[in-house]
Amino acid sequence: MLEVKEFLKILSEGSSISGHEFRLNDIIISTFSDYADHISTDSLGNLIAVKKGKNNSSNIKIMVAAHMDEIGLMVKDIEDNGFIRFTSVGGIDPRTIVGQEVIVHGSEDLFGVIGSKPPHLQEESEVNKAIKIDDMFIDIGYPKELVEKLVKVGDPITINREFKALQGSRFTGKALDDKAGIAALLECIKELSHINHESDVYFVATVQEEVGTRGAFTSTYKINPNIGIAIDVGFGSTPELPKSATIDLGKGPGITIGGNIHPGLREKLVEVAKEYNIPFQIEVSPGPTGTDARAMQITREGVPALCLSIPLRYMHTSVEVVDMKDVKNTAKLLAFFIASITSENLEGLLCY
Amino acid sequence: MLLKRLTEASGVSGNEKEVRQIILEEIRGFVDHVSIDRLGNLIAYKEGKKASKKLMITAHMDEVGLMITHIEDSGLLKFIPVGGIDKRILVSKPVLVGKNKVFGVIGAKPIHLQKREEWKKALDLDQLYIDIGVDSKEEAEKLVNVGDYVAFYSKYMEFGDNLVKAKALDNRVGCSLLVELLKEVKDISFYGVFTVMEEVGLIGAGPAAYSVNPDISIILEGTLCYDVPKLDEHLIPTYINKGPAISLMDRTTLFDMDFRKKIVGIAEKNNIPYQYRKTTMGGNDSGKIHTTKEGSITATISVPCRNIHSPTSVMSKKDYENTYKLLKAILSEYEKGEL
Amino acid sequence: MKFNSNLLKKLVTVYGPSGNEGKIREVIEKEIKDYVDDIFVDDLGNLIARKKGNGKRVMVAAHMDQIGLMITHIDDKGFLRFTNVGGINPYTSLSQQVVFENGIIGVISSEPMEDMAKLKLENLFIDIGVKSKEEAEKLVNIGDICVYRSEYGENDNVVFSKCLDDRVGCFVAIEAIKQLKDSNNDLYFVFTVQEEVGLRGAKTSAYRIEPEIGIAIDVTGSGDTPKAKPFAVGLGKGTAIKVKDNSVLTHPKLRQFMVEVAKENNIPYQMEVLEFGGTDSGAIHLTKEGVPSGVISIPTRYIHSTVEMSSKEDIINSIKLLVKILERDIEI
Repeated sequence: MLEVKEFLKILSEGSSISGHEFRLNDIIISTFSDYADHISTDSLGNLIAVKKGKNNSSNIKIMVAAHMDEIGLMVKDIEDNGFIRFTSVGGIDPRTIVGQEVIVHGSEDLFGVIGSKPPHLQEESEVNKAIKIDDMFIDIGYPKELVEKLVKVGDPITINREFKALQGSRFTGKALDDKAGIAALLECIKELSHINHESDVYFVATVQEEVGTRGAFTSTYKINPNIGIAIDVGFGSTPELPKSATIDLGKGPGITIGGNIHPGLREKLVEVAKEYNIPFQIEVSPGPTGTDARAMQITREGVPALCLSIPLRYMHTSVEVVDMKDVKNTAKLLAFFIASITSENLEGLLCY
Repeated sequence: MLLKRLTEASGVSGNEKEVRQIILEEIRGFVDHVSIDRLGNLIAYKEGKKASKKLMITAHMDEVGLMITHIEDSGLLKFIPVGGIDKRILVSKPVLVGKNKVFGVIGAKPIHLQKREEWKKALDLDQLYIDIGVDSKEEAEKLVNVGDYVAFYSKYMEFGDNLVKAKALDNRVGCSLLVELLKEVKDISFYGVFTVMEEVGLIGAGPAAYSVNPDISIILEGTLCYDVPKLDEHLIPTYINKGPAISLMDRTTLFDMDFRKKIVGIAEKNNIPYQYRKTTMGGNDSGKIHTTKEGSITATISVPCRNIHSPTSVMSKKDYENTYKLLKAILSEYEKGEL
Repeated sequence: MKFNSNLLKKLVTVYGPSGNEGKIREVIEKEIKDYVDDIFVDDLGNLIARKKGNGKRVMVAAHMDQIGLMITHIDDKGFLRFTNVGGINPYTSLSQQVVFENGIIGVISSEPMEDMAKLKLENLFIDIGVKSKEEAEKLVNIGDICVYRSEYGENDNVVFSKCLDDRVGCFVAIEAIKQLKDSNNDLYFVFTVQEEVGLRGAKTSAYRIEPEIGIAIDVTGSGDTPKAKPFAVGLGKGTAIKVKDNSVLTHPKLRQFMVEVAKENNIPYQMEVLEFGGTDSGAIHLTKEGVPSGVISIPTRYIHSTVEMSSKEDIINSIKLLVKILERDIEI
């Protein structure tokens, strides 16, 4: 049985850029199989782990989704001296990848570095300009002939980054967006194995969120749930960011309020948090959230949706920071909320 | 492995202790005299046959890094660079802070919350800080202090065709070469000097040269390499895998032409590949050494390093070996009195 | 394989902007109806042709619509102002001829510009050579869509014309329909509408068909012209198998299958990583529970101009690859 920290470390250090998430299948399936009644994958690669409810005559289905894909890079071309040109998959700030170590996932995993120009050779005027992706290259240390044997245009590339502990319960690594969410799903399914819940819970590790919540659309269509809950990350507060756009690390999950979120269910969620003394924060997002909750809400006849955000600093860099307390509180809140939903109260909660 | 130990040690300019200790341990028993001077330079002497000229070989121990300037109420740490660092390589990197090597990261504003024009600008130092995972100044102060040195966190790694990735290859590669020479060479008299604070203005080299007072000096370096495609050839300072780079001129020294030609001759005689360092940018300890007291003849021999002054510098083990071979060949000519 | 120039020439010449694909649909229907088991037109105007089989339900999509210009205003002197239907560039439009569905021809020119770098579509107008608004209104109406008018050309290596995007894809699909011998798969060839305005025809047709596999046939760019941005696709280097664009990350196993089929049959191919754009597979793969989807691309220079250019060899190789894929049992 994996501790959540170890599980998150494996996920974070693993590689799963959008469209190439399958490398994480084994670890997620084997970890969830201790608790789930059934696990399957769908045609786009979403992983669906079902935990059956008890005394569930009306078969309420709750879908809980966290995305397993991460942003990354992709081989675009190979230069005459063997350097690799690349593009980005998902929202990457080119400034955050200068001087990084990478793994090029060719016919084997190849270590490389993203080069930078020595400061000695720079003009005064260059220093204040951001370097563009088009002006960067990856050096894997082989001549062109060999590179062409090992690497093909279209191969995915990830940043090489260790998952490490900071002070207290904080951890840093890459792609904690949204692997921290998957870790919360694991904690939640563990929690649910010793509380009664009526609903069938569909834990979904979705694909291709970073390129437009694509996996959530198809998995929601397949499951056709009564309630959809996205577990994603929220902007963690740092001094340069406006208070209004952020939530604090260590103060519990953000509960989203806005058009994407079902008001009745959200009120219930807040009520459950208060009842069990689970810390939470409010995250305001009037329109569609950029999360899987958005895809869930507009699938088929529409699905009432909720979104829980784990506070995370430095989103989409390779040094994202989360507080493990928040991951655990997110999972707890989620589990107690799920347990609170019954065939008797559901209709009332959904009533406008 | 020596180069691994040396590159993974922290030794930002002014704080070279850890590197100096490793070198001391390594050369103990292999040299006849060793001392540490008032600035922290390590001066070792190897006694062999008497020679008419006094030879000094140097390498600087320090590396570029950061220093803590302020601890915010939020527990985040502000810093300034120590030595020449392109501020653009700092974002999204892990670092080690202070004596206790507290792990931290340099984060950045999420791309989602940026305006499009922000992307085009490099992040300024005043926008950057180190996060060690605490929430208050009080917590931070238990672990770090203003003035603490910060080194990049980057492991030594071998990859590709005989390449090495590490931080601080400038100039642990020089230290490693010099340590190996001191351990292996026998019966030749020379000084091996490991200097401090090269990266912040060639501080250690002058006093060290003053006390040794050499006739001939060889400065070992890791030097810039930028062999990228589509760059005009005359703009490429050095290449990887083309052998040790011999300096012509830089901002601090016009290297002695006769000595340089002798070195080239030795390389050719011994079939050792070499290249010239084609740029005149940058400078090194030679600037101080060749102008101390009555002066000294100097040459600089370097191992080319891609992405120099970044946590992901890259060099070739072949270049390292060829540089070592060249140094040994030079010493044997010196032994014959040919220099 | 002989290159059927006559058919391609016919396809690129027929009028058919997004939302008004009737004429091109007729031409395609006539061309293929004898080769398929079932053919019909759906509510949005997609032409769906089925070759029945017991195996996997495969949807092959090529869009028949082309970019165009929609008239928004007729001024007192009879000059027409317009907006774009799909991606229309003001610089490529300047000094071009256009043709309406009824055959009326016009030319595009611009207001005097102090700074050509600031040229926008709103600075351009169409002159159909009339004296007054009244005269113009007899010939065209607000809401009419015209398309570029240009001559089809070819030499031994390449073809060049307007709207190779995506009539060359239609061409590949038509030729494949004709050449297919035995396939177990249940094949749906869909000539889609309204791709240029947002993959709309592919979305509804895929919903109806519920394919198990989706393959779009479309053009992609090229990185082999002077100072082009780095892009590892060039003319004459084979058919292109797509990895990504802005609409889709192709299914890794289907992509691998396509590569293997190309290798086994010695069909030259190149991998395509496109940093912009989208194609029908973007809509197909997100249909209902999701559809593993891929794309065969025809490398094309100067897309959305009147001089789009593709290699004949690449086109032939695209047909070959599609036929070979469809004749196999697709296991992914």
